[in-house]
Amino acid sequence: MSVDLSTNYLGLRLRSPIVASASPLTGDPAMWESIEQAGAGALVLPSLFEEQIERDAFAVDNVLDSGTEAFGESLSYFPELESYDTGPSRHLALVELARQRLSIPVIASLNGTSPGGWVKYARHLQEAGAQAIELNVYNVIVDPHRSGSDVERGYVELVEEVRAEVQVPLAVKLGPWFTSFGHLALALEAAGADGLVLFNRLYQPDIDLDTLDVRPRLQLSTSAEAQLPLHWIGILRGFMKCSLAGSTGVHEGADALKLLLAGADVAMTTSALLRHGPDRIATMLSWIEQWMVEREYVSIEQLKGSVSQRNVPDPEVYERANYYQVLQSFRSTR
Amino acid sequence: MPTKADDINGRKALGRGVSSSYGDFMAQAAISSTGHDLNVQTRAVVDGNEAAARIAHLASEVIAIYPITPASPMGELADDWSSKGRTNLWGAVPEVIEMQSEAGAAGTLHGAITRGALGTTFTSSQGLLLMLPNMFKIAGELTPTVIHVAARTVATHALSIFGDHSDVMAARTTGFAMLCASSVQEAADFAAIAHAATLDTRVPFLHFFDGFRTSHEIATIDVPSEQQLAALIDPASITAHRARGLDPDRPMLRGSAQNPDVFFQAREACNPFHASVPGVVQSKMDHLAELTGRRYNLVDYFGAPDADRVIVLMGSGAGAVRETVAALTSTGDRVGVAVVRLFRPFPTEAVLAALPPSTQTIVVLDRTKEPGAPFEPLHLDVLSALWHSPTESWADGRKPRVIGGRYGLSSKEFTPAMVKAVFDEASKDKPRNKFTVGIIDDVTHNSLTYDPAFTTDHARVRAVFFGLGADGTVGANKNTTKIVGHNTDLEVQAYFVYDSKKSGSMTISHVRFDPEPINSTYLIDRATFVGVHQWDFLERMDVLKVAAPGATVLINSPFPADEIWDRLTVEVQEMIIERDVQLHTIDAGAVAKAAGLQGRVNTVMQTCFFALSNVLPTAQAIEELKRAITLSYGKRGDVVVQRNIEAVDTTLAQLFPVPLGKTVTATKHRRPTLSGAAPDFVERVTARMLAGEGDLLPVSALPPDGTFPTGTSRYEKRTIATEIPIWEADLCIDCGKCAIVCPHAAIRMKVYDATELQVDGAQVLKTKSFRSREVPGMSLTVQVAPDDCTGCGLCVTACPAHDKSEVKRKSINLQPIGEHLEVERVAWDAFRALHEADQALWDPASVKTSQLREPLFEFSGACLGCGETPYIKLLTQLFGDHMLIANATGCSSIFGGNLPTTPYCTNDEGRGPAWSNSLFEDNAEFGLGIRLGVDAQQHSALGLLAKLSEGSPSHIDPALAAAIAAGVQDSGDTPIREQRERVEQLRAALRAIDDPSATQLLELCGTLVRKTVWIVGGDGWAYDIGAGGLDHVLGSGRNVNILVLDTEVYSNTGGQASKATPRGAVAKFASGGKGIAKKDLGLEAMSFGDVYVAQVALGSSDIQTVKALLEAEAWPGVSLVIAYSTCIAHGFDMRQSMTQQKLAVKSGHWPLYRYRPGEEEATKPFQLDSAAPSVPYAEFAGSEARFAMLRRSNPSRADELMTLAQADVAARWHYYEQLAAVERTAPTHIDVAIIADSDDES
Repeated sequence: MSVDLSTNYLGLRLRSPIVASASPLTGDPAMWESIEQAGAGALVLPSLFEEQIERDAFAVDNVLDSGTEAFGESLSYFPELESYDTGPSRHLALVELARQRLSIPVIASLNGTSPGGWVKYARHLQEAGAQAIELNVYNVIVDPHRSGSDVERGYVELVEEVRAEVQVPLAVKLGPWFTSFGHLALALEAAGADGLVLFNRLYQPDIDLDTLDVRPRLQLSTSAEAQLPLHWIGILRGFMKCSLAGSTGVHEGADALKLLLAGADVAMTTSALLRHGPDRIATMLSWIEQWMVEREYVSIEQLKGSVSQRNVPDPEVYERANYYQVLQSFRSTR
Repeated sequence: MPTKADDINGRKALGRGVSSSYGDFMAQAAISSTGHDLNVQTRAVVDGNEAAARIAHLASEVIAIYPITPASPMGELADDWSSKGRTNLWGAVPEVIEMQSEAGAAGTLHGAITRGALGTTFTSSQGLLLMLPNMFKIAGELTPTVIHVAARTVATHALSIFGDHSDVMAARTTGFAMLCASSVQEAADFAAIAHAATLDTRVPFLHFFDGFRTSHEIATIDVPSEQQLAALIDPASITAHRARGLDPDRPMLRGSAQNPDVFFQAREACNPFHASVPGVVQSKMDHLAELTGRRYNLVDYFGAPDADRVIVLMGSGAGAVRETVAALTSTGDRVGVAVVRLFRPFPTEAVLAALPPSTQTIVVLDRTKEPGAPFEPLHLDVLSALWHSPTESWADGRKPRVIGGRYGLSSKEFTPAMVKAVFDEASKDKPRNKFTVGIIDDVTHNSLTYDPAFTTDHARVRAVFFGLGADGTVGANKNTTKIVGHNTDLEVQAYFVYDSKKSGSMTISHVRFDPEPINSTYLIDRATFVGVHQWDFLERMDVLKVAAPGATVLINSPFPADEIWDRLTVEVQEMIIERDVQLHTIDAGAVAKAAGLQGRVNTVMQTCFFALSNVLPTAQAIEELKRAITLSYGKRGDVVVQRNIEAVDTTLAQLFPVPLGKTVTATKHRRPTLSGAAPDFVERVTARMLAGEGDLLPVSALPPDGTFPTGTSRYEKRTIATEIPIWEADLCIDCGKCAIVCPHAAIRMKVYDATELQVDGAQVLKTKSFRSREVPGMSLTVQVAPDDCTGCGLCVTACPAHDKSEVKRKSINLQPIGEHLEVERVAWDAFRALHEADQALWDPASVKTSQLREPLFEFSGACLGCGETPYIKLLTQLFGDHMLIANATGCSSIFGGNLPTTPYCTNDEGRGPAWSNSLFEDNAEFGLGIRLGVDAQQHSALGLLAKLSEGSPSHIDPALAAAIAAGVQDSGDTPIREQRERVEQLRAALRAIDDPSATQLLELCGTLVRKTVWIVGGDGWAYDIGAGGLDHVLGSGRNVNILVLDTEVYSNTGGQASKATPRGAVAKFASGGKGIAKKDLGLEAMSFGDVYVAQVALGSSDIQTVKALLEAEAWPGVSLVIAYSTCIAHGFDMRQSMTQQKLAVKSGHWPLYRYRPGEEEATKPFQLDSAAPSVPYAEFAGSEARFAMLRRSNPSRADELMTLAQADVAARWHYYEQLAAVERTAPTHIDVAIIADSDDES
């Protein structure tokens, strides 16, 4: 018996529910064919970082001016080149190339720093051919005078502004650290988001014990981390119409499947691909397919959200009581 | 391997790509046209170098180049244009090649034109001198070519990069025709005439114009179009030239050796060709006039038709003279000027024809000095011309009298006031001959006095801007000049004066705008607008002395307008009142910062200039400014453009007039030039130079032979840091790393007896106990010299000690200077007063102990974070009291020997490095010569010592003589000290001996104490121009030490590629990334077998560097230490200079090793001192703009070159690993310095 692995995400029909999410792997054109052949439903390109573009431009500006016009014998130190490629053009070219080379949908990711920047670069990405745009809105609010509601309002306005400018589907990728995540999720949906990606995982500082330097460090995720997105997707599925993507901790077919059962439209994977290569997608899909066949499921659409909070007999398991139950069920091994 | 389409330096191959030959030159230039035949003539705002180079590039097929100031930009432009595919008149991209020297460039040029190609080159000064042998050949073979020269002073008692005619005068016997342009316009026009005339006459041309004054002056000119140039050049002459080219299809021989029977006749055979030159040049000038409307003659006369006094000269000085003549004739003076265009062949008839018959006195002005000659060259030529002139052709039947004088050497100012003095002298019954003008000669009393108040400068806008080097002021003014030039009918002129320091330097921009052509080839001294771009300038310089009465002055100030008056010094307030200036202020730093342009005030100040000067309507100016910003910064990124535009938009709201007082209310005076008492010479001479009054120093004030005292940098307190390092004694671990990395010797450590702290004033010092097993109980202080520190922060980066509870608090931390300056100044004085530690107490072979020794190189003007100076400083700490340094021209000679002040200094005993610079190309040989001189003197001294200690009774105690003879090569502090004591005993004994031998030995006995010779220079010298000499010295076996400060690029002349430039790096002349790997200089040296070789990087292993220098010094033969020197031309934050060196070593870019031939027989002399590469090469390369820029401009080539570079690293490491296992017996080393002993002589 064959099963239908296709899914609807952001209004796009994907052939499978496993999406290769933004990482160095998806930014490497040499890997695209493998990712596609492995069965990925879509590919999210690495983020276009507005901050990076600005830093690049000022770094070039600084290098070209540094020490110049100060000493009569050395009025400059570098030849003037025809291009310094500080803008988004290289990234946009990557989007264009991905569209040319891939038959699966290409989703661009954007991390802006200014309201104008978000809108401008989202438009550029759309023009370059992105079939959807993922707004990677994570930033660390270090200003203790800024309230949570102010931050959330900013996110909502951001989505409204971008939505007003671009026509392709918009997803918003967020972190989980909000007092009332559901409230924000609904607001983002109302602002025009076509989907939410839960959750992003970003660099956290680490301390080098030899030098005592603090350096950002990204550790690859583990399957255990899939529980947080599973938890929220399970809750949100019941009252949100927009697409939901489960991201973080998707290493095995089981991880992906659980997210789908909780209500995700797709499961996004990064660490597993970095660790095992693009073929991991095929392995995951094969496992999901096998599980479905064994249980006589015919399509992904059939199972999506079937174990969400709304659809389980005891909705409270998705609520705080869950914490107590786990503790109570814990048995010491000693 | 390089791809077929690209050459090894990544430039596009011939014939590829772009068809446009106008490019950005024309894009920036287009404004107006005139309606002559054949052309659309284009107005452009360019400098003299660009004007000449543009024509040269259009008219050439092969361009061989080598960088030299001030001609470098011509080669750089030609290379840039070819790399971008710009074609010549015939649709091909000229082949541009950088050679290893000007001699190489001339040889290559000679070859190319011998083949029949059209060739050119650009040079100046010493470079032209290196071309002379080939120039004789080229002219002797009647091969057409043009050498474009930005005329510059030839080094004599001192090097000077500035302009005069001493270089071109040295070429006047070569047989080249010589055509002199006196303005930017003429640099373009005469370049065209030269390229056309050389082909017709077969006589090669030297086209020259004044270095800096013309080469770097920006002006509005009409650019000869391609069609005009093509019309000037006769295709038949090209055909004939090609037909004469060396070709195996029609073989011939050129360059024979001839004997007395025929050489003479053959030499005379060229006469008709040279004779034709004046006629051909005039015909080309006439043709140009038809094409463009600009008429020139071989000699052009300007002034009264009935002049009685006429100045004859050539070059940019003609501008000042013409302007003066115009002013004087307007009031009835009968004066004129004859401007010589063609100098060789000397156009005798044209000179005579140009002079009005009424002339009674001719004054020939030469911009050169020829000691011993009866007169200077042009003067002699005019005398000769007059000799041939019939008496009757002159009014009253009497030939004019001829006097002459020198002016403007090394770009000395030549002003209308001086010109007037010359005319006044010519009016006298008995005028002085062979005079000088522009200086005060109180020795031979040759100088004319002049009235500085006399002026003819009438430009409507005369603006002077004072900026900090690299703060964008000069760039902004260049931009302003172009905006005005392109958007108005005004003529523009801009000239820039740079500092002699590479860090914290001041730039002064002189900008004129006027409806009439501007001939004012001199600096502005009555400015209608003065821009002071740094508040600090007001407190240390008399910047307002250039302000004309009623001038507008704009000050960048951090203070509110209503506080400004009270913050000014007495001198500034006096000047404001006296000159009745209007003062405006803006906090440009704050405006720039708010716009996201940290520290970049140029755009803000430029906007203010337009608003205040009314050169253009403000709204239009702002629009054009924004357009210029988009053009200038567009390639760097939208955000850079946007931030600058935001700065423009927010500026004018922050520009305020300053309320001024009516009387002087200030009590604070301008900061004194010197800090504290200084030696007489420094007070009399150096201080005047520092105050910008060097022009006023009389001849008697200056040494006649270029010998200057050392140690003068300590009197110049520049105070350029905004933050300085402050020591935290409680955290210090005494490691010395802060001191060893400091490029300016501004962080010192001293170990001393604690009782010294009881001396009055010493209590301000922070102190701690010094950890030392050898000498316990001592105290340590680490101290910053607050006025000498540049704030680069290398010391903080290097410091490994930090607070256990607060990691950011290190043992040394940068703090705002304002909070610490006064305290640290007092502390520095107290620190200086502490006794230096006895060097003999500690073995210097560690970082810590090496830094207990006094640096005898301090406070140079090197760049912030300079990678070279720490090595030199360390050398002086280890060997400074007995070292002689031969220094190649380059960065190290500039920060080492560029006046006003010198960083080499002496210890308490008055000993220190003795330093000299010969040339760029001969430094190894020069150092070898110093060694030979020392050795010869030592040999003589030993002979005399032996003689005087023989016999019975002997004059000298034989035991003392034997001890001295045994100790002549003793090294180390104690042995040298003991030898000095013995030599002192010898001196005492010699003084009591009445014997000629004793007198001789008294003169020479100093040489009986060890002297070490260090030959120091950069990679341009060692890898390229001086490689032949270096090779010979490496093979000499003599006891010399060579330190190569390898920045992997020509740093001093602005980042041109050398053979040390690594593969994949972008540099000038390698704008597409250098395609081949750098030369392995160390391996070359190792091939001799008896040369000590070390490759070091202080930032990676300071201890290996110390060891290598000590071993090099100890090795009795030749030693070569190649030192990785980070440089501003690498393109990274120089605060990370040492960290970057670490990365270079970790990536395998710069393996550390020592090759020690002195090891015992059959051991392995090569030792790798760094670990195998552990970081990908791309990680190192990605952190430096020199590599990273290529990834942006040409990613595929960058990838290709990075792959190859990574392979280079692997291959080199593999080879070195094998080398480390190789046993090699060093060639038997003998003391080659022994000439012969007395027995042999007998």
